Amino acid sequence: MMRLRIYYPVIAGVLVIVTLHLVLAAADATYYMTQITMSAYYALVVIGLCLLMGYAGQISLGHAGFFAIGGYTVAVLTTYNLATHRSAPLVARCHSLGLLVEWQDLYGREILSFSPWVAFGAALLLTAIIALVIGMPVIRLKGHYLAMATLGFGLIVYRIALGTPILGQADGISNVPPFPLFDGLQVNGRAPFRVQNYYIAWTVVLTAVVLSLNLVHSRVGRALRSIHENEEAAHSLGVNTYRYKLAVFILSALFAAIGGALLTHYNGSVGPSEATVMKSVRYVAVVAVGGMANLWGVLLMGVLLNFLSLRGVFGTFDDAVFGGILIGMMILAPQGLLRASGVRAIVSRLAGRSHG
Amino acid sequence: MDNVLLATKNLHRSFGGVHAVCDVTFNVPPGAIKAVIGPNGAGKTTLFNLIAGTLTPHQGEVLFRGRRITGRKPHAVAAMGIARTFQTTKLFGHMTVLENVMVGRHARTRSGFIAGMLNLPWTWREDRQTRDKAMAILENLDLTSYAPETASNLPFGRQRLVEFARALATEPTLLLLDEPAAGLNIYETQELAELIQRIRDRGITCLIVEHDMSLVMNISDEVVVLDQGKQIAEGPPAAIQRNPDVIRIYLGDDHA
Repeated sequence: MMRLRIYYPVIAGVLVIVTLHLVLAAADATYYMTQITMSAYYALVVIGLCLLMGYAGQISLGHAGFFAIGGYTVAVLTTYNLATHRSAPLVARCHSLGLLVEWQDLYGREILSFSPWVAFGAALLLTAIIALVIGMPVIRLKGHYLAMATLGFGLIVYRIALGTPILGQADGISNVPPFPLFDGLQVNGRAPFRVQNYYIAWTVVLTAVVLSLNLVHSRVGRALRSIHENEEAAHSLGVNTYRYKLAVFILSALFAAIGGALLTHYNGSVGPSEATVMKSVRYVAVVAVGGMANLWGVLLMGVLLNFLSLRGVFGTFDDAVFGGILIGMMILAPQGLLRASGVRAIVSRLAGRSHG
Repeated sequence: MDNVLLATKNLHRSFGGVHAVCDVTFNVPPGAIKAVIGPNGAGKTTLFNLIAGTLTPHQGEVLFRGRRITGRKPHAVAAMGIARTFQTTKLFGHMTVLENVMVGRHARTRSGFIAGMLNLPWTWREDRQTRDKAMAILENLDLTSYAPETASNLPFGRQRLVEFARALATEPTLLLLDEPAAGLNIYETQELAELIQRIRDRGITCLIVEHDMSLVMNISDEVVVLDQGKQIAEGPPAAIQRNPDVIRIYLGDDHA
């Protein structure tokens, strides 16, 4: 079945993930799983960006902004203490609807805040609305202009995060509670939850990959690629290019926001460093080095490079490494490094067949 | 309106001070092959862009099957049944020939983002039908063997045919062909003439912008002549060939 062939790498991916767990457990090095989990959430951003950049051919230098919007929204809603406003009609109404939860923070304070599910839903809704409002004018732009406009958006989000008291300014927001999913599973960064969070993160990431794979192999995926190749021709064949570009922009923003929201619960905090322009540049660099229109390449590079970065391998050159990767990619392989056509060319050359 | 498929009424479009298309009015009857000719810069491609929705006219209107389509976006115009090819072929170069033609089915299929992401079974069926239809069109144009090839690897003449296939995949009522013979040799041009007639015989009306006079005079039922944006003649090919104004713009005053 043609339709099922696209899922073979998913099975391979599951095997790699389980094997990695067993190897780390045998080597008594499960602490690595913490950074792998974090890298997986960052990889969610580049999967979305891969759809936007690699398939639809539209750049965004503002995706750290969407990641931060997801993270900050859940952080504010789950930590803002409503206990003193308990009797206010709106708060009481939310409480009776089950939208609020009572819990104790690390210092034993009683906190009444929005439940993580409500916060998560609100984060997605807010991200979708912002992506729509920003995207409507911006996605009409092309090339450098689109890059600059999205860059501007990223800068604005960073400045808002840095300047707004309720967002914790330079300190960000800490004390974010875990996110209980179901059956005792929870997004929680503490050591006893390490293994289950490794699998939770990978479940989310592989789900995103499967949805994305389905999309790129569908009618919509073909339309997105046709926009990338020649927008005027695509338009003349009945593809509503503006609507498709906008939709994939919002979709990629949602992927970024999910990554941001879950990583915030996992870390228990979020700070303005998540919203910096260098983070956006990093995501673009990962998509480029992963092969642009290559979901698996982008996922692999996203996890690998973020893992190395989180382990501190690049030291103080962290941002420089990603900037360097981007420069190198643009000079040496502007089409992306891990690329299906490149791989095909190598395979056919090895098979002794030349392409005319 | 039975004998008019497409009508332009006093179409006008200027770029800065240049009147690219100025007061152009003509009808295209259904089932006809109609040609628009004129020297370089006469406004032929601009005229096509006005019909296809790529440009909006400053004055005048375009009627398709009696309905005003002026100002509609190209994707909406395509969905109504107007397909086009481009002066310089605009294939999706990194996609296969088959995929190129499958994109042509876009307006006739409907699975969207959500259905696509969830890979719903009915989208499989739809995709299979899209593939079958695309293959049938390729077969009709003798392109079957090229189906899995990357489009940009094809020789130029074949690329042009793929663009035809892609346009036909939209199931158009009216096909706009912008200089289909440009860059083709005389044999390929002859094949093209037969192809256009075959397309017309299947009930698809053709409006052609063309430089190649022998092609135009051979296959067209009617010809419109533009010069510097203005319509200077309209009529059957034989009459156009004798028209002194047409001879003057093509050959100069001495020959009129």
